[in-house]
This record gives sequence, structure tokens and C-alpha cells, in this order.
Amino acid sequence: MTPTVHVLPFEQHLVELENKITELRALSESSFLDLSAEIETLTQKLNASRCETYQCLTPWQVTQIARHPQRPRTLSYLERLFHDFVELHGGRQFPDDNAIVCGLATFHGEPVVVVGHQKGKDTEDNIYRNFGMPHPEGYRKALRVMKLANKFGRPIITFVDTPGAYPGLEAEERGQAEAIARNCLEMSFFQVPVVVVIVGEGGSGGAVALGVGDAVIMLEYAIYSVISPEGCASILWKDASRAEDAATALKLTSQDLLKFGVIDEVVTEPVGGAHRDFETTAQNIEKAIAKYLALLKPMSVEELQQRRQAKYRQMGIYTDQK
Amino acid sequence: MGWFAKTRRNIIPSNVWEKCKRCEEAIYRKDLEKNFWVCQKCDYHFALPNLDRINLLADEGTFEEFDAALASDDPLQFQGVVPYRERLKKSQAKTLVKEAITTGYAKICGLPVVLAVFNFDFMGGSMGSVVGEKIVRACENAIQRRHPFVLVSTSGGARMDEGILSLMQMIKTGMAVARLSMERIPFISFLADPTTGGVTASVAMLGDVILAEPGALIGFAGPRVIEQTIKQTLPKGFQRAEFLKEKGVIDMVVHRSQAKNTVGKILRFFA
Repeated sequence: MTPTVHVLPFEQHLVELENKITELRALSESSFLDLSAEIETLTQKLNASRCETYQCLTPWQVTQIARHPQRPRTLSYLERLFHDFVELHGGRQFPDDNAIVCGLATFHGEPVVVVGHQKGKDTEDNIYRNFGMPHPEGYRKALRVMKLANKFGRPIITFVDTPGAYPGLEAEERGQAEAIARNCLEMSFFQVPVVVVIVGEGGSGGAVALGVGDAVIMLEYAIYSVISPEGCASILWKDASRAEDAATALKLTSQDLLKFGVIDEVVTEPVGGAHRDFETTAQNIEKAIAKYLALLKPMSVEELQQRRQAKYRQMGIYTDQK
Repeated sequence: MGWFAKTRRNIIPSNVWEKCKRCEEAIYRKDLEKNFWVCQKCDYHFALPNLDRINLLADEGTFEEFDAALASDDPLQFQGVVPYRERLKKSQAKTLVKEAITTGYAKICGLPVVLAVFNFDFMGGSMGSVVGEKIVRACENAIQRRHPFVLVSTSGGARMDEGILSLMQMIKTGMAVARLSMERIPFISFLADPTTGGVTASVAMLGDVILAEPGALIGFAGPRVIEQTIKQTLPKGFQRAEFLKEKGVIDMVVHRSQAKNTVGKILRFFA
């Protein structure tokens, strides 16, 4: 039996329909009544209703999907899109950081390096993964492994899914800010193609530290923001419960980011969100990665670097009031 | 002290006495000015307005500003309690500048540099599109002129009102520093109170040499966020310049009276 899907607050009306369908099914099985017409009608109604709900999601609803506890994680994609994964744990300076996974793998038969934030699949796993919030050593491990790719001319694929870099005592002592800054600097001059996939939460600096790439693609219901809606709300209104308003103000959805030119492509998710269909989501991502690798791999180092620099050089909107 | 002569402090109605924020000693304002706005009793470093900072570091009459006309737009049409556009106007009226950083050419101890100084009075020195652009242009100027780059940071981090575009400035400025590095242009990063968030986690922490003022709060996350996360009271002095020197995060803690000389000494090494 498939485990029950965690229901988001705005999906309640869909659950009621689902329950009714289940009831009818049970009834038709136990009573030999032919209810298939009713079931069919209700199923169509459910699908239409779900489509409708998912067509006009508010930014806050998107945020809830991006944070869905059953949403596929980096390791879910690693299993589905890559082969021969060899995880590398050594940052060389501090103990391993389980909030980031990285290693060697093959994608469509070609060797690549994969790096990503890893959130947990349940409470216990989340504690092990620190809820996907890395310490500096996590970013330094990621950098060390990405440098291997750079040294041996292998493309880098990163998966972004973090509430943010961990705001803790030891993290500060060991230079969280420097670790993030260093990754930005180094990633901007890699000589190999870098494809960034934002799959869940792109939480501020903690996301940026794995987010510099030649192509940045984003799942339809992922978010990417300078601050969490809750953080923004508590600064603006001194009230974290106004996160819904903050989510709207921050313009953090994939469509917004596409408009700002921060991402290159929105990767569609199955209706109902990635957590309802890992396979389709993974296949959609796979196609996008393959497309960008095919575009980037023939480029010379100079072309690649020039293109990447030009892209980030022009980011920002301002006026010259001379 | 000549370097205070033309500062904007003049437009603020002057008080004869100032109270030290740490030891609460009443200090004669003129004495405080002579002492670089450092308390003579407890060495507390008062916040130094952006122009005073330029005057403190740059040789008299050498500073020539770049890009003073760059101003922020409102790309998100950001609606907070007060709309972003209004907040910008207010800050511009208060500080008489267009944005939260001043960049330009200067000489320090006779050596030419490109100098950039954050302005904390302008929306907490936050980094949006203009601050990012001005830092990048300053770096490009430094490369073109083959002058070292000196950056003094006081900033609350990335500017929320410009959302993702502020976040992208971390990458953009990091990339500019990478170019400085490739061109072998020295970069001295000087951190004043406070330097936090996206500015620390990008350009500020990438200096070839990183200096900080005594007592300056420097960090990625703010102390309140950390306390809420770990549910503990933070130790005394946590995230202060001295603590970070002890942890090896920064290179040196420099008293304000020694700031110019120290920067000069480091510049001479690279010159």
C-alpha cells in the first residue's frame, strides 16, 4: 500500500472528494452494486478540481508545496537520474555534514559530479540531516568535490533544497559567511559546465552557496528567496504569522524568477506537486539537465566563463539619474 | 582635525556633549571628534558616518566619487508597511545620498586605491542592485587603474525589498572579487559594526586581508536568530571582532586611530 500523502491546508476539499471515492469503491466491492458511473464522475470532478486549485496557487500555497514533507529530495533524484553514485564524505577539515550530499556519478553514461542539500524524509532523518541546513563544513565539502570536477573536466550538477545555512553558534565560529562567499567566488570561475536545479526551498545565502551556474532551472513549485516569508513578516510586521503576505511581496515563485532572468527555465511538476509523482518529476528534470548539458558541453572554457560572467554581471535593476 | 571639516554631521544640530553608549561617560563632543569618535575612557567605537570614514582613511582632498547618480528602482513593487519607493525617498532625504555605498578613487598614505564605504544610515547599509553594481564597478575601476581595492563594510545584509535580485548581488560581487584576484589586484576588506548577512557572506569575507574594528559585530546570522534557533543565551563577546580573530575568521582587530596607518602598511606590502 502506498503511504498516505500529507495533505496541505488548501487541499482539504480535494481530500473530501477522495474519501468519497474510496467509500464508493469499498461499497461497490462489498455489495456487488455497480457504482462505476458514480465513481467515474467523482474522479473526473476530483481531477478537474485539483487542476483548478493548482492552476491558481498563491505564492504562500506554492511555499507550502515547496516545503512538503514528502517532496522528493536530492537523493530521490540521485536514485532516478544518475548511475554509479559514489558518495564522497570528506571535507578534510571537520566532521562530515549530512545536510549536504555529494559525489561522483554518471548521467546518461557521462561522468559528472553531483552536489545537493539533503532534507530528511521523516523526523528522525531530518535530525540526521539537520533539516537540510548545512554548517560551513558542508559547503567546504561541496566545494572540495566540485573542485574535483573542475580539475578533471566533469560537469557539475547541483540540487538546491534548504531552508537556509544553519544559524548556529559553531557555524558562526567556523566561518559560515566565508564558506558561502568562497563557494560563490569559486563556482563563478569553474571551467566546466554547472547546472543548478532548484528543487524545493532556495533559502537565501544557504542556497546561493550551491547556486551559481551556467544554467539554473527550477521546479514549478519550488521557491527561491532572499529571506523566508516568516523572517520577512517578522521584520516587516513584527508578526511571523503574516508569512502569507510576505510570500506574495517577496516574489519568490519560479514564474517570478523567470521574469527577473534569475533562472533559465521552469520545469513542470505533475498536477498536485512533485510528491505525488516522483517518476514524472524526475523525468522532467532529466530532460532539462540533458538539454542544458548538450548546450554547454561543446563550449570552450573561455566561452563558458564569459557567458557565465556576463549573465551575473547584468543581474540587478537600477536607474542612472545623471 | 581637518578630515572632519566638511562632513554631514554639520547639518545635524550639534550637541556639546555626547554620552558613551557603553560606559555612559559624558564626553565633550570636540574631544570625541579629535579622538576619531572613540570613547577615551572605555575605547568604545561610535558608529562613524560614511563621509567621516572616508575622511578618516583617505588623504585629504584625494577622494573622487564614482557613480553617485546610480539609484534603486523598485523591481518587485515591494509593499511592506511602508512601500519601498517611499522608504528609499526617506533615506535619500535623510542621508543626502542616493544609495547605501559610496565608491571612488582615493589615496591612502600616498598610495592610490579604489575605496568603497558602506553607509549604514541608508537603510542599514543593505545591499540591493545599486550597492552590488557600485561594488562591481569599483572592482572594474580598480582593475583598469591597477589600484588596490579597499572596502569598508557596515551592513545588515541583503536588502529584502529587492528580493531575489539582492540575493543575486552576492554572486555578482563575489564574481567581481574573483576577477580582482585573477588580475592580482589586492583587496583589503575592513569590517565595522555591524557587518552581517548577505554582505558578510559575499564580498566582505573575501578580502586578501580582513580587518575589523574593535567590538564590531560580524556574522552571517544575527545573534537574535541564533538564540532563537539554538535556544541558548550566547556567550559574551560572541560574533564580536575579537572573538572572530581568536577563531581565525578575520586577520586583525584594528583600533580606529590606527586604521589608516595599518591599511597603508598593508598597501605598501602589495604595491
